Order: sequence, then structure tokens, then C-alpha cells
Amino acid sequence: MIQALVFYLFAGIVVASGLMVVVAKNPVHSVLWLILAFFNAAGLFLLMGAEFLAMILVIVYVGAVAVLFLFVVMMLDIDFSSLRTQVSRYRPLGIVLGLILAVELVLIGGAWALGDLAVAARMAPVEAKAGLTNTQQLGTVLYTDYVFIFQAAGMVLLTAMIGAIVLTLRHRPGVKRQSIAQQNARTPATAISVERPTVGAGVDTSGGVQSLTNKAGVQ
Amino acid sequence: MIGLGHYLVVAAILFTLGVLGIIINRRNIIVILMSVELILLAVNINFVAFSVHLGDMVGQIFAMFVLTVAAAEAAIGLAILVIYFRNRGTISVDDAAVMRG
Repeated sequence: MIQALVFYLFAGIVVASGLMVVVAKNPVHSVLWLILAFFNAAGLFLLMGAEFLAMILVIVYVGAVAVLFLFVVMMLDIDFSSLRTQVSRYRPLGIVLGLILAVELVLIGGAWALGDLAVAARMAPVEAKAGLTNTQQLGTVLYTDYVFIFQAAGMVLLTAMIGAIVLTLRHRPGVKRQSIAQQNARTPATAISVERPTVGAGVDTSGGVQSLTNKAGVQ
Repeated sequence: MIGLGHYLVVAAILFTLGVLGIIINRRNIIVILMSVELILLAVNINFVAFSVHLGDMVGQIFAMFVLTVAAAEAAIGLAILVIYFRNRGTISVDDAAVMRG
């Protein structure tokens, strides 16, 4: 009873906030609704007993992906109102396509789940071991049977990281940066000069120290 | 225990909302990316629901890989969005045809 109540709470909020992501006028509001949807999906995962994925969802999606979206939406100075001029044009098409898709998906899922073939039809399942937590069970499967795919997932993340850095890195001209090689290559001969100025005349450094050194002939 | 069908219906509705978002926000690529995230969330709900109800851990493993790819996709997508905005000063997808070779 209480489980059903919690399920309908989470499911209702996840669907409502998913709808708000799509129809919200302000993309910042969309991102915030997306965060709410992720939180409630994590609640659904918890209800199913997949607590590791629930925590990963909160940490990775809410903590990283949604905040990334928030950064981009807020940092770029985008005129969002001009992007919404054609929304009403596509709305009937979208609603019709969405309804068709939803009905089909529900029919497929319902027919498949309500038929009693599901458990009998599965092939070579990796059963959960008794006496282990969900995280331990995931670990025993992930680091043995799926270790190469796990490594490939790491490569995907590395590629994404390098790609994002390479895409967004830009060298601005006119910014003073430290050049360690040039600093280390400096010697007293190129860096200092000894002058004997006449009293009251001063030293003219308008041409830089290097030209001064050459002019004075001091080594 | 909540039945498998309940979770499948939630995932189906969420998937549909994602597709709807892509269609009705066709010019705003940020909302399109968020709709893709919604679709992937629906896929993950399906994976986990089947995994739990059929007693097969592999579904949760693959939900994790879907999550990984979704994070990478968001990072690359937003990076492309940032440089596109930097170059053109707008994020309207309709203008993206200038990128064709």
C-alpha cells in the first residue's frame, strides 16, 4: 500500500516535471524541472531496489550534467524569445506524433509484461547473488564479465573530455602569458646592462634593455 | 511490489515527452539536448525495471553504460553549442545548414 503510494508520487512528479521541461518558456526553468525529474527517477530506482544506480543518477545527472546545462544556459547570452516563434506551428504535429508513440509504447509494454512469457523467455540471465548488496552485486558482474566494456566506457569519457576541451579552447591574442623556456634562456648578457650616465642626463631605456646593451657595448 | 507494467508505462510516457520536446522546440537546441536526456532517462527506467523484475543484473550494468554515454553526449553537445554560439551569436538550429560542406 505505502509502496504503491510512493510509486505514484514519484511517477506522477517525474511525468509532470518531464512535461514542464518540454513546455517551459525559460530554459533555466527547463533545467530546474529536469533536475526534479532526475531526483524522482532516482526515487523510482530506489523503489525497485537499484540503489547504486539511484545514487549514480543523483550524482552524475543532477550533480554534473544538469549543472553543466545550467552553466551553459546562464553563461551564454541567448535571446530565447526569438527561438520560440515557431513553437505553435509544430505543436499539433508534435502532439499527434507523441500520442501515437505513447499508445504504441504502452501497448507493447503492456502486452509483453502482462503475458506470462517474460520470465520464461529470458536467456542466460546473470542472477543476483544472495546475501550481497546491490552495489556489491553490480561490482561482481561489472568487473568480471563486463570489464572490457567498462574500460571502453572509460575511453568514451576520456574522448568526451578531450573533445570538449579541444572544441572550446581558444587562444586570445594580446594576453600576456608566462613563457618558462624564454625565462630559463635569459642570461646576464641579455638581461642586464651597466651604464655610466652623465650627471643629470639619466639613461634612455625607450628602446629596451637589449638595445641599450648593444649601444653601450657592455658585456 | 509494483508490477513491471507500471514502470514501463512511466518510461513510455517519459520517452514520448522527450520526442514531443524535440518536435515542438525545434529551434532551441538546448531544450532538444534536455529532451534527449529525458529519452535516455526513460530508457534507463526500462533497463532497470526489466533487470529487477526478471532477476538479471546485466540490465543495471547497461543502464550504467547508457548513463556514461549520456554524460559524454551532453558534454560534447554543449561544447559544440558553445562554439556555435561564439561564432554565430545565436543557437537557432535552422541556421545550422551553413555548416554543410
